[in-house]
Amino acid sequence: MWRRALVRYALLINERPGAYEGMSGAERAAITAEYVALRHDERVFAGERLLPADTATTIRAGDGELLLTDGPFADTKEIFGGFYLMTAADLDEVLEFAARMPAIRFGGSVEVRPVWEG
Amino acid sequence: MLDQVFRDEWSRVLASLVGFLGDVDLAEEAAQEAFAVAAERWNRDGPPDNPRAWLVVTARHRAIDRLRRERTLTEKTRLLDRPPPTEMALGDSAVPDERLELVFMCCHPALATEAQVALTLRALGGLSSAEIARAFLVSEETMKRRLSRARNKIRAAVIPFAVPALHALPGRLRTVLAVVYLIFNQGYGDGRADLAAEAIRLGRTLTDLMPDEPEPVALLALMLMHDSRRAARVRDGAIVPLPEQDRRLWDTAQLEEGRALLGKATTAGGRGAYAVQAAIAALQTEPSIDWAAVAALYDRLCELTGSPIVELNRAVAIAELDGPGAALAIVDALDLDGYRYLHSTRAELLRRLDDVPATREAYRKALDLATTDAERRFLERRLAELGR
Repeated sequence: MWRRALVRYALLINERPGAYEGMSGAERAAITAEYVALRHDERVFAGERLLPADTATTIRAGDGELLLTDGPFADTKEIFGGFYLMTAADLDEVLEFAARMPAIRFGGSVEVRPVWEG
Repeated sequence: MLDQVFRDEWSRVLASLVGFLGDVDLAEEAAQEAFAVAAERWNRDGPPDNPRAWLVVTARHRAIDRLRRERTLTEKTRLLDRPPPTEMALGDSAVPDERLELVFMCCHPALATEAQVALTLRALGGLSSAEIARAFLVSEETMKRRLSRARNKIRAAVIPFAVPALHALPGRLRTVLAVVYLIFNQGYGDGRADLAAEAIRLGRTLTDLMPDEPEPVALLALMLMHDSRRAARVRDGAIVPLPEQDRRLWDTAQLEEGRALLGKATTAGGRGAYAVQAAIAALQTEPSIDWAAVAALYDRLCELTGSPIVELNRAVAIAELDGPGAALAIVDALDLDGYRYLHSTRAELLRRLDDVPATREAYRKALDLATTDAERRFLERRLAELGR
């Protein structure tokens, strides 16, 4: 039997809009601290949190020229809020890690995808 | 004879190859090649002393040859990074049974249900993609794409070939059992005995592999008891409801096996949804049905599943206990308008309440939603009886 090499995965964090509204500063700080702790897991090699979607600009091809839109690509139930990149032995290991993302508790979701290894 | 050997050995050989190679695509190709060589050679020279070991060794060699060819290609293009397998002589000792790992891989919750079903029938049941396509009424092309997409995800996302950790086992086992029961119902509902038989075979495999788990035993008991009534369920091409079935057509040996297994599951602490359903099936095949006990079990099943379909079935027991009016009140509170059995159940209750126009309307709705000819004939017959 051989052992499989570690695989790289992306964890794409989608948040429910307004999930953190009405929370105290201390509550928000506690959630941020959770994300920071997850970022410090030795299997995670990259991760960023994005600014809110109302700071986004979306660009796409229009009728012969480029079209800019103020805001994210589309109105969706969830808004992309950040990502982690990590290595793991298999999907179960990543899913166990992903399940700890606070976004899930607050009505959001985490999409797990392997990274292209070319 | 060879066919039987092949069907018996397929899942064992495939599981061993997936474990060895770590790649489900490669394992299946290699297994297929080994079985093809065996078909030719064993017919000519007779089977070897240990067919399973022979198949595994032959398939391993095929896979290693393939990897060598691919690696030569890789060294030229630097594209592939499949790990080189180590060559390993397989002694006369038995091939370790890795079917449980295979089951949990095929029924991983990260795969869509239809993918779980297709993979399980292919890998564990040894059905061809053409056979699975026929069973699920899709084209062979569609089924091949479904299987190939699923295998691709297993490889790319690295869905593990492993029995889940203890804390995850109950949830993962539920998924496995749901896949087997879905296969059974596909066969049972549409009268395709082959699929029902396949599900029972899978159920037996699971109970062999996990002898200490009560729920697989309960599921097997449930399937055996339902299936034992198969010959009585259809008469002259029409569905026959349970109270009107000719009990002499029931397979009593199978029924008894189901009852015995239910006893075993209950003794082992089985209190889950399959144990409760099996207990209901057992009561319903008694010479005289204890409807109070049936209703109590449906109460328990409602608690376990929260399913409105279970509530509908409970209403049938309530009709026997408290009369059709009480049952109708339950049925009319359910939000199941698109469900065919809601309307046939309503029709049955309304018929007993002598409300002919409402009965007719309910049978017509059920008829619109019916999916099999046997069901349609039954409903048409009921409608015709109303007319007289």
